[in-house]
Amino acid sequence: MTDMRNWMIWPDNTALSVLILVLIAMIGLYAARAPMHGVIRAAGYALASALRLASRWLFAAAAQMKERNKAVLLAQGRREVGQRIEREFERVGVLVTRDLQGYPVLQRKLLEAITRIEEDYKKCGEVPPPPPDWVEAVAAVAEIKTGGGEVVQKILDEIRQSVDRIHDKALGEYRRAYEERHDILESAQPFWRSIERTLKQVDKKMSDLADNAATVDAQMKKYRQIAAKSDEAESILATSAFTQFNIAAIVLTVALGGAFINFKLIALPMSEMVGAGDYLTASLRTSEVAALVIILVEASMGLFLMEALRITHLFPRISNLNDRARRRMVWISLVLLVTLATVEAALALMRDVLIADKQALLQSLSAAAPAATSDSWVGRIPMAGQMVLGFILPFALAFVAIPLESFIHSARNIGGSLFADLIRVLGFVLRVLGNLVRHIARALLHFYDLLVVLPLLVEHLVRSLRGGAAVRPRSHPRSLDSTGELKP
Amino acid sequence: MIKRTFLALAVALGLAVIAAGCTDPRNHSQAVYVLVDTSGTYAREAGKAQLIINYLLGTLQPGDSLAVARVQSRSFSEKDIIAKVIFDQRPTQANAQKRAFRAKTDAYFRTVQGSAYTDITGGLIQGAEFLNETGAGRKTILIFSDMQEELDKVTVRSFPISLKNIRVIAVNVTKLNTDNIDPRRYLGRLEAWQKRVERAGASEWKIINDLDRLDAIFTKS
Repeated sequence: MTDMRNWMIWPDNTALSVLILVLIAMIGLYAARAPMHGVIRAAGYALASALRLASRWLFAAAAQMKERNKAVLLAQGRREVGQRIEREFERVGVLVTRDLQGYPVLQRKLLEAITRIEEDYKKCGEVPPPPPDWVEAVAAVAEIKTGGGEVVQKILDEIRQSVDRIHDKALGEYRRAYEERHDILESAQPFWRSIERTLKQVDKKMSDLADNAATVDAQMKKYRQIAAKSDEAESILATSAFTQFNIAAIVLTVALGGAFINFKLIALPMSEMVGAGDYLTASLRTSEVAALVIILVEASMGLFLMEALRITHLFPRISNLNDRARRRMVWISLVLLVTLATVEAALALMRDVLIADKQALLQSLSAAAPAATSDSWVGRIPMAGQMVLGFILPFALAFVAIPLESFIHSARNIGGSLFADLIRVLGFVLRVLGNLVRHIARALLHFYDLLVVLPLLVEHLVRSLRGGAAVRPRSHPRSLDSTGELKP
Repeated sequence: MIKRTFLALAVALGLAVIAAGCTDPRNHSQAVYVLVDTSGTYAREAGKAQLIINYLLGTLQPGDSLAVARVQSRSFSEKDIIAKVIFDQRPTQANAQKRAFRAKTDAYFRTVQGSAYTDITGGLIQGAEFLNETGAGRKTILIFSDMQEELDKVTVRSFPISLKNIRVIAVNVTKLNTDNIDPRRYLGRLEAWQKRVERAGASEWKIINDLDRLDAIFTKS
């Protein structure tokens, strides 16, 4: 309060003192009006420009990042679809090699069958020999009138009997000939059936080929879309990457659960190997770290195995190895994996032994009577289960390499996309801030003029009296336009 | 490039964790020194001490140390240590050591004989010496006694002792007949011990009379 009174011109009259002080301040502020306006404008302009510049740079960076993401996404898609097309072609190649290399044999079989059928058909077409000329003689004899003569009658009877015999013989031969034709036709039946079967096979193989060709066509269509860098292809690939990311994340979570169980199985028995009293941190034992290392080594071996088998492609150097070196790597990884799995099974057994020993000790230390232990096969199930789990889990973990690869690939796209969006949002925020600064600078100019409103009114009055309307008042401060430039 | 970066990061993270872990210089093992009062009428309570020892045997981990000593007329002597052990790092070996330790203490408590005087201070000095030699990260002295110190005329214990960074826990502090007449004697005795122990630099002073709550031995108050 004393300090305040020091400022008073007339300490006894506060109101008057304050009024005078305000007037003096107002005059001072009026005198500094032009430079102060300049300072406010310059500061506002500088800040708003910097923010706008940063915003533009961020938008440009986001656009570049989006382009880059798109390029990566399309490149990945092109590679995947290319590999799929390659595989389809390989499949078609195998189909063509397998089926069409047998096609000449099939064709020869068909031709043979057709030739045989033609021959049979020709044989069937042979008619029996025509009746001999004596038929006409018989007809002539039949027209002879007997005249009641016994001799003639007898001759005619003999002729009839001979004709009947000959007729029967001819008829028999004719029937035999037809029977033979029927036999030939019957023997041709399997060839017809064979042709039918062969043609069905050909038909099936052709439809398989057509199906594969349709798959190749679909993949080629997709490939062309990707090569054309169409938005549709990008959208499809982005959705696919998101799905892959989620699926891989779920599978990796499941694998982490498996790894945790694995860890629990071997952490306790590892203390028998590396000691239970060593600590790396206050709550982390060396035995636990050793168990973790074993699990990580198993996962690494699995990764190398998958790489060497060319199932995954995280390490180009491994997949580019020659076949001999790659096969060696497969065997080495597999042997190490089997060894580690066996060690784990043994550790799982050790765990059971350790727990049983600890239980026995605690029971001997306590006054309570020892609990009845079961020596039956049912009591051994948990131990057997632990051993089986200890052996199987390393191999199950080996397959983590596949979702891991998907996760890394899709994480690049998802992460890149999210990062680009984040930069865009940041750019927007900076733009808003730039505009805000511009408006604040304008408001400050107005506020400053509000503080010196009385001198401004006087100035306005004086200018009016001097030059009338020719002189424009400067009560309205200039402001910054939307581009950050000063408005006249 | 991204893959390499990811793998490099994973390796670096792993190494960082291992390096951070390896730099922890603290000793995480425990050492417990149990003083069992075998003087006068308290010798009858010695059987209960076996319960505490059993609890400790069930709780202590491989790498920890345990010693059981008796409190007699003069207790500042290695001869008063009934049994001592540093448990092996391997759990199976540690369990075998625990069985042997239990058998040894069991045999002693079956034939325990009372002494004329009670030299708790001598036992404390001996215990502190043992615990400091073990170099354990956490050191505890358990005093199984009524905390009534009685010294002969020759024995000198009226000097400052050092129990720096040692936890001192009095277990099963029974009330004497005189305490029943005037409880202030009991409370005053405990308060005097607390002051003395804290003055000696002990990190903690605790009393556990309920033997069903022995888990409080290792929990910080």
